[in-house]
Amino acid sequence: MGNNETPIDLPDPGNPVEDAPDLVVSATGTGAQEHSGEASDHNHEMVDYEDEFVHETSEGPQEMGLREDTQLLEYSKESGAVLRMPEGVVLDPADFVIESGEDESMVINMGPQHPSTHGVLRLMLELEGETILRTKPVIGYLHTGMEKTGETLSYLQGSTNVTRMDYVSPLSNELCFSMTVEALLGVEMPPRAIWIRMLMAELNRINSHLIWMATNGMDLAATSVMIYGFRERERVLRFFEKTTGLRMNHNYIRPGGVAADLHDGWEDDIEEIVVNCRKTLDDFDDLFTGQPIFRERTEGVGIIDVDTCKALATTGPLLRAAGLPWDLRRTMPYLAYDEVEFDVIVGTRGDTFDRYAVRMGELRESLRIIEQVRDKMPLGDYRVNDKKVTPPPRGRIDESMEALIHHFKLFTEGFKVPQGEVYVAVESPRGELGCYIVSDGTSKPYRLHVRAPSFVNLEALPVLLRGSLIADAIAILSSVDPVMGEVDR
Amino acid sequence: MTLADFIIDLVRVVVAFGFLLVSVMLLIWFERKVISDMQNRIGPNRAGPFGILQTLADGIKLFFKEDLVPERSDRVVFKLAPYLAIVPALLSFVIIPVGGTVHIAHHAIQLQVADPPMGILFLLAMSGISVYSLMLAGWSSGSKYPLLGSVRASAQMVSYEAALSLSIAAVVLVTGGLTTSSIVGSQVAHPTHWLPSWNIVRLGVIPFVVFLIASTAEINRPPFDLVEGEQELVGGFHTEYSSLRFALFFLAEFMNTITMSAVAVTLFLGGPDGPIPHSGTHYLGPKWIWPIIWFGAKVTAFLFFQVWLRATLPRLRYDQLMNLGWKILIPVSLAWLLIVGAMKLKLSWGIAAIVASLVLGVGMVRALAVGKRDAAISERG
Repeated sequence: MGNNETPIDLPDPGNPVEDAPDLVVSATGTGAQEHSGEASDHNHEMVDYEDEFVHETSEGPQEMGLREDTQLLEYSKESGAVLRMPEGVVLDPADFVIESGEDESMVINMGPQHPSTHGVLRLMLELEGETILRTKPVIGYLHTGMEKTGETLSYLQGSTNVTRMDYVSPLSNELCFSMTVEALLGVEMPPRAIWIRMLMAELNRINSHLIWMATNGMDLAATSVMIYGFRERERVLRFFEKTTGLRMNHNYIRPGGVAADLHDGWEDDIEEIVVNCRKTLDDFDDLFTGQPIFRERTEGVGIIDVDTCKALATTGPLLRAAGLPWDLRRTMPYLAYDEVEFDVIVGTRGDTFDRYAVRMGELRESLRIIEQVRDKMPLGDYRVNDKKVTPPPRGRIDESMEALIHHFKLFTEGFKVPQGEVYVAVESPRGELGCYIVSDGTSKPYRLHVRAPSFVNLEALPVLLRGSLIADAIAILSSVDPVMGEVDR
Repeated sequence: MTLADFIIDLVRVVVAFGFLLVSVMLLIWFERKVISDMQNRIGPNRAGPFGILQTLADGIKLFFKEDLVPERSDRVVFKLAPYLAIVPALLSFVIIPVGGTVHIAHHAIQLQVADPPMGILFLLAMSGISVYSLMLAGWSSGSKYPLLGSVRASAQMVSYEAALSLSIAAVVLVTGGLTTSSIVGSQVAHPTHWLPSWNIVRLGVIPFVVFLIASTAEINRPPFDLVEGEQELVGGFHTEYSSLRFALFFLAEFMNTITMSAVAVTLFLGGPDGPIPHSGTHYLGPKWIWPIIWFGAKVTAFLFFQVWLRATLPRLRYDQLMNLGWKILIPVSLAWLLIVGAMKLKLSWGIAAIVASLVLGVGMVRALAVGKRDAAISERG
């Protein structure tokens, strides 16, 4: 963390058109080149995106054609095979036989306006009957350039920006960003700030998983579950509103601590949340866990194993459902997660039901953590006592000229952060949420990058969906739980 | 036909038509209200007392919406399809005996629009025709999701029609007649023994359960609403429909729900029969009113059941639906039909039939397991 090196030559990711040739290059094995009949070296050549990937179909040009028109490279890429090829392994064209001829397949666009694609995700599916042969997720419909915007905002304003990325779990974003900035600053948090952050992060996980539970029910057409999930989430949101003033996009966890102390009587509110949430989880068990139709819909659907997960850098419930107990709270403890007791929930088969069960278990574990945090909450300051980072309290501004100057300086130019680059990751409800900041010594980041778990997990979709039915596609997509704000950033 | 008969028929038709339309309106309101109660919501409460006129307001709104016909659609078929849905839905209600007989001005009037000799077969024919509406609607839309919906519709409704017919066949077997009036008549055996003489008890519960599941699938109610599949197919066959045509589809669907509930009551729950007998109840109001009340109560209970299912259950997947239909419902109702037929002949024959069905059933389960195993093996290569 934090080696003091300012990189000069920063590659600019995030431009799909320019990225495309890179991907093709990584996919280019010798065999593949033979097949495509091109002897020329792809490596340093721009591939014409339109020629490679846009096909003329009956509904105009689209980025996914029928199988017979599809080139081998594109096909293998879409089947998820070459996203992370190990060193020295060459793609064998024989593995990707493109059947063409008698069978009639259909390319269907699911989204961006579709009731179940969780926002504006667009899935291009090649179907044979109702069986999915290929999937191509198309993203970018919610791209707002938040990472770029982050470079024009000071570190103090930064958390306002990142909180809007994963709008379902805003506090994880703030936490991740703040921890990164603090790592650059090299400040120590007071214990109360750490425990408040942990409390909020876990509440946030409950909030996010409840939304997931609700929308998952909706996707499987169990409409009541949706309402129950949202009803329970409302309690958590009320707690957030009391403490942070807002129901979402809180800007509560900031570099240097949290914005405000917990409200009076917060212990009682936690008690209410814990008791009611436990009850609702039992209701979910009744409605879902033992429900024959639900079991049939989810068991054995969308199976992914640990190796594939690792190859695709999948994290979060997807990875844990596959069987690897990889939870950053346990494997690389941050905040005070090594001081509380909780279990890492692991699945065995990696199917949709396991992902459901892992999230159910995590909800219960989060409740456990919250209870421990409530009991162990230390007293003291809720933010760092550093005049250069933390704005002075309102009362001091009236009395002290110096405080007024600090306040003014902090909110106009912000605080300066030493040169360096740092990557800090936390376990967001969706997986490893990482924040990478390059600082050039000014009050604004030189480069802000967020490793969004939704975005990375989305890469697993083509693998998960291959060979399943449309109805499964909805269940699987729901179990991956992408938040499009985070995917597109 | 005299003028009086003509007037009676006309009144019956108009009353049935109005009754169906009004009850659809009430059913939609009832469904929304009950589901919102189950989901901690308030539900419609603006239009009229308790929001009871909400459906009317929605209908008026739909009426004034722009009527869109997609450019790529087959215009004639696209416009025809909603009528193919609504007409069978209206027609199939005519065979339902709503109550007993009313005497008005020396005319004995049966509370049933028509009592054709083929009776219950008419219902099957109508529900067969209504498949066309969904199929043609999806196909003619010139769009992909509706197409998938219509493929699902035709497969689903054809396979569940078989199970539906077999469970009805069991009823016809014990009744010995096809007309709905004779089916009801045979269940009103004894004035005091009201429940034991109903078909649900006489036939064992199996045909009733099969009928319930198959009819829910036949009218595309959740959890068998794969044809619409809002979460998967956006709206299925009616994705491209708007305005009045869309309203007609929904009207048809809810009419079918009412009709199927009424048919279930007629076939298995004694129709207008109830614990308070038909005659000798002068102190409880006019004697023709009780059958209507019983009938209404039973149908309402059924409708509540349908609403309850909708609020609770997730939707089945397409292949699971087919498995349920072909591998469970049809064999079970076939075996039960065999047993009922044999029992009607002689007790010893009946026992033989039970043994035979058990043996066949075990064989079938084994065959399915082997087939599944072989398929798994061949899939693995």
